[in-house]
Amino acid sequence: MTAANLIAVAYLGASILFIVGIKRLSSPRTAPLGNLLAALGMGVAIVATLFHQNVVDFRGILAGVAIGGAIGAVAAARVQMTAMPQMVAVFNGLGGAASALVAAAEIVRQVGAGSLPSPFVSVPIVAGTVIGALTLTGSLIAFAKLQELMTGRPVVFPGQRVLNGLLALGLLALATSVVAQPQDLTIYWGLFALSALLGVMLVVPIGGADMPVVISLLNSYSGLAACATGFILENQVLIISGSLVGASGIVLTRIMCKAMNRSLANVLFGAFGGEIAAQAAGVTAARGSVKSGSPDDAAVILDAARSVIIVPGYGLAVAQAQHAVRELSDLLLQRGTQVRYGIHPVAGRMPGHMNVLLAEADVPYEQLVEMEEINPSFPHTDVALVIGANDVTNPDAHENPASPIYGMPILEVSRAKTVMVCKRSMSPGFAGVDNPLYTRAQTMMLFGDAKKTIEAVSSAIRAL
Amino acid sequence: METSFILVVTIFVLAMFVGFELITKVPPTLHTPLMSGANAISGIAIIGALIAAGAPETNLASILGTLAVALATVNVVGGFLVTNRMLGMFKTKSEREQ
Repeated sequence: MTAANLIAVAYLGASILFIVGIKRLSSPRTAPLGNLLAALGMGVAIVATLFHQNVVDFRGILAGVAIGGAIGAVAAARVQMTAMPQMVAVFNGLGGAASALVAAAEIVRQVGAGSLPSPFVSVPIVAGTVIGALTLTGSLIAFAKLQELMTGRPVVFPGQRVLNGLLALGLLALATSVVAQPQDLTIYWGLFALSALLGVMLVVPIGGADMPVVISLLNSYSGLAACATGFILENQVLIISGSLVGASGIVLTRIMCKAMNRSLANVLFGAFGGEIAAQAAGVTAARGSVKSGSPDDAAVILDAARSVIIVPGYGLAVAQAQHAVRELSDLLLQRGTQVRYGIHPVAGRMPGHMNVLLAEADVPYEQLVEMEEINPSFPHTDVALVIGANDVTNPDAHENPASPIYGMPILEVSRAKTVMVCKRSMSPGFAGVDNPLYTRAQTMMLFGDAKKTIEAVSSAIRAL
Repeated sequence: METSFILVVTIFVLAMFVGFELITKVPPTLHTPLMSGANAISGIAIIGALIAAGAPETNLASILGTLAVALATVNVVGGFLVTNRMLGMFKTKSEREQ
């Protein structure tokens, strides 16, 4: 067998390892080995490539791997679990940038060597460049929003859609020119820059609450960009793994959109959470009276409860209350109470985020139940304890066709015998919508910092 | 040329189907590790970057390639390590008590 064939066989092995690795993510028990297998696949692909006939100068490679590896290792070891969405956003961006740079290197190399790339190469070069550059800048904006380096509100201005439409047309024109005259690298770099600009323009009008969708979509783009580089180099492992990631991002994007009852177009172009928040701010707490309770009141009710469902929202993570909540649930479990967690798909800032935050606080994963599975349990549950969640528990989503979140799937906490809501104040949630749950007869509000309140409830139960 | 293009398109389409099948079987509990793991896999662009960076002559193309190697390595190393760290946190009740 020739060296080229051996490399191709190694790539096949790497592709198999990626597929088996992802397959093992179907259960938390088999997942750790799955991740190791995928990493092994990457190692096989990298080592095989080092034997490629065109790879002769290792200085740049060593420098790149050393610097990149050090940054990646330190970031992975240090990142807080609450900051995972930001980290995934940045990593998506880097993956996209790497693909765009590979596309750029290839067109520069071919033009420098005096050969003209055929459309079979130049079209994937254009695709890899546009998707990759857009993913880089879009991800950086998503990072800035999640990290609160810039406002989480949608950034909108008059004529924005017209401007974006013109930019998209300009992009199309430049893309066609690159395919028609690939030898003119000025046009190519213009395309690169315009793609990067479009990435910024497309993400700034999207509100912070919609970032889970944006991150999933950018995840998909980073895969598709890698796919495009596979078409440029006619390399199967690039195409296969790029497609796997592309498919993953698309599936997660669909799940997130469904969980928010929004179309992808509405998320991307709707600038949700801007005007509504401004309108709703003044009218909160206007209807019905709110019943507020002390940690001691909560302790008495929880002590008598036989079944409790905890509904965590991102407010719980903001208050760093995960450990306090786990201690409370351990305490209740010791007293023979059934305790489960009802997790809404958009409870955190990215798909599955809340599950990771609770797993970090040592909550066993069999206690974490998805929305559709736990909803039938609420009518025969004694206490639904809502901590730092708001919109995902809003009964208006089922009952009030005039509500902006009408039709959104929710955790049906209002069917429980008693609802306790641990919340800092009556302010509306991320979507800026009023929540009538708080004025229901069976609802008791526990105002205050989630961590301190839950700790106070636990000590009150111990003192009973 | 055209035959090989059709071949890579075939691989692409089939791989997308495999991807959809695999991903729909991942439970919501593992969606965050799935994303960071998929993210690491998208660092496969490193293959293309290595070929560009390892070219015999140093020019703009190989410099772009070297930069791409660095960025893709952050993605690969950081992605797999952080996924491993997260998956280590998922424990059952009995595993926790040990």
